[in-house]
Amino acid sequence: MKYLSEYRDPVLARSLVDRILGAATRPRVIMEVCGGQTHTIVRQGLQELLKDAVDMIHGPGCPVCVTPLEQIDRALYLAARPEVIFTSFGDMLRVPGSDCDLLQIRARGGEVRVVYSPLDALEIARAHPDREVVFFAVGFETTAPANAMAVWQARELGVSNFSVLVSHVTVPPAIRAILDAPDNRVEAFLAAGHVCTVMGWKEYEPLAAQYAVPIVVTGFEPVDILEGIYMAVRQLEEGRAEVENQYARSVRRSGNEPAQELVSKVFELVDRSWRGIGEIPASGLGLREEFEALDAEKKFDLGSIRTSEPEECMAGEVLRGRIKPFECPAFGTVCTPEKPLGAPMVSSEGACAAYYNYARFQSEPAGETV
Amino acid sequence: MTKESRPLDRDPEGGIARVASAGLTCPVPAGEVDRVLLGHGSGGKLSAALLRDQFLPHFGNVVLAELGDAAVVPVPGDEIAVSTDSFVVSPLEFPGGNIGHLAVHGTVNDLAMMGAEPLYLSAGFILEEGLPFDVLDRVIEAMASAAADAGVIVVTGDTKVVERGKADGLFINTTGIGRLDPEFRPGPTRAREGDAVLVSGPIGRHGVAIMAAREDLRFEVEVRSDTACLAPLVLDLRGVCGSAIHSLRDPTRGGVASALNEIAASSGVCIRLEEGDLPIPGPVRAACEMLGLDPLYVANEGILVAIVAPEKAGAALEALRSHPAGEAAIRIGTVTGDRPGLVLLRTGLGASRVVDMLPGDQLPRIC
Repeated sequence: MKYLSEYRDPVLARSLVDRILGAATRPRVIMEVCGGQTHTIVRQGLQELLKDAVDMIHGPGCPVCVTPLEQIDRALYLAARPEVIFTSFGDMLRVPGSDCDLLQIRARGGEVRVVYSPLDALEIARAHPDREVVFFAVGFETTAPANAMAVWQARELGVSNFSVLVSHVTVPPAIRAILDAPDNRVEAFLAAGHVCTVMGWKEYEPLAAQYAVPIVVTGFEPVDILEGIYMAVRQLEEGRAEVENQYARSVRRSGNEPAQELVSKVFELVDRSWRGIGEIPASGLGLREEFEALDAEKKFDLGSIRTSEPEECMAGEVLRGRIKPFECPAFGTVCTPEKPLGAPMVSSEGACAAYYNYARFQSEPAGETV
Repeated sequence: MTKESRPLDRDPEGGIARVASAGLTCPVPAGEVDRVLLGHGSGGKLSAALLRDQFLPHFGNVVLAELGDAAVVPVPGDEIAVSTDSFVVSPLEFPGGNIGHLAVHGTVNDLAMMGAEPLYLSAGFILEEGLPFDVLDRVIEAMASAAADAGVIVVTGDTKVVERGKADGLFINTTGIGRLDPEFRPGPTRAREGDAVLVSGPIGRHGVAIMAAREDLRFEVEVRSDTACLAPLVLDLRGVCGSAIHSLRDPTRGGVASALNEIAASSGVCIRLEEGDLPIPGPVRAACEMLGLDPLYVANEGILVAIVAPEKAGAALEALRSHPAGEAAIRIGTVTGDRPGLVLLRTGLGASRVVDMLPGDQLPRIC
């Protein structure tokens, strides 16, 4: 496949591994922010190849994982209403709320549909004028333009039975929160290539300068990630702290300006709670006032649904990169993909599920080798 | 006039006159019938016509022609293999086949995976009121031709009709009976250290074909279902390798990953796969990339996984490749004795990861 197979080339990947091992004079701690990158790292076993040179910490970059419990409970409430067709990306369906998930709501008679694009949800609304169609607008800056487009089009077309339950988050405030934590270990970041495809990397430059931390905009295939890690290690070894772009085939410094323009017409920066991390100021996107007719929270008066996070789940520690998933006492015992306590065990991009599915045996007693 | 006392109520869609107070009279068709009516399930003239016009012309054989309450068939040997499966698929017709192909292949293949030679099938149909006859005809034709290819006859059957909205067009249940060879009993507990792991063809085509055909997943990819009868492949494996065939599975729901996990767990062995050897067609890979799915968990309906003693692995591959359904057969891994119960995949980069069972359906990822 063009633009795919060449970024999975094992020979190229091996030579990058060798270069990383050669370049690191001591073990380096690097965080990949994006859940898609976590997925590739664990799926391809990159951590195993890089051990001794690099400790990869999986950051809070899975939109499913960081959606707060309260927002999930609101989604469940909406999906259970008889007049509502609730539409969502697939991996939100198994995220546990306070007492159940969207799959169980569907089994109890709620109408829950998986869509691949918010514009499909808008089409459903137009096809069912007698029903209320709600789209669960989650994600980072990557999904924001399409979600903004759905809201924009709904207003232009006068589709009054469509609304969105918004739980958008943005990356730079999360990086800042991690760097501000007193016990932070992260020395360098891989920024998410698709987020930067939309947003560019200008907003990362002040972070790199202020905290003296290298940030490398990185793609998602094994060769991309290894090259991103190599660039970060080289910066650390050379004492540089810059924003560099590994994902040049997709990302420009200024990003996709028409998309940014649309996003800022529809959304504004708001304070947002992150599951397991808590509230981060100005870290989310919410609908602007002029679109409040399309805001499910206002339309269905969801303000009274308030939920606090469970105590026993250490998702926050995992998402902040302070512990590895298997260091949580609940990991693989009371918390499994079948019965997840916290969201990182649910999504295939979640750090806990990724470890459970692909690397469980690595946390088994010493002496085990593969 | 109240609804209760009104004698006739005209169905706007079906063109059928029916008595409003149910149970007094059978619905009688008004004009030419081109779809399934509730009356086809009445047990009366319409039911008889459905059997006579739609089913018997395709499934005709001396056993079925008796039309008794049960089929009477000769059974060879002391033991027989029996397997049943129900088929619900949306859409009913998809690139590469329809629910009729699946209904025969699914049950026949289950028998074959036990080493049995399929002989007889039963077929039960739950028809939704309004199902067009031309669809039903194509499904029955597909079943008849799949049965002929597999060397089985449909010896007994049943039809029921349910109201519109109570079934997704058409559900089929088939039960199969097969002849067992006492010398040839592959089973999920028989995988041994050193065995070769083979697949008979490309992975992931059926599941992707179904997803592509579903209207609400709009992406363009030319993938046809692999639905096929595997019994002839198994007969040849038996002839060439005999008891060196330790385990056979058709990796339907849950895909190759789930089938291998079951064997690894039942036999108490580790199955090690080589990522580079997995036969995943380009379009399947592309569709799975787009949908955020793993082809190892996508359903197949026309391939088998064989666990074979190492000295017979080459002969088994040759036997598989002599059939059209097995021409792309390939070795994908090896059974080892360490880490019992695990399926491990060695990635193209030389690292290993666990290929686990899925907790539920595979859910598409956000990005």
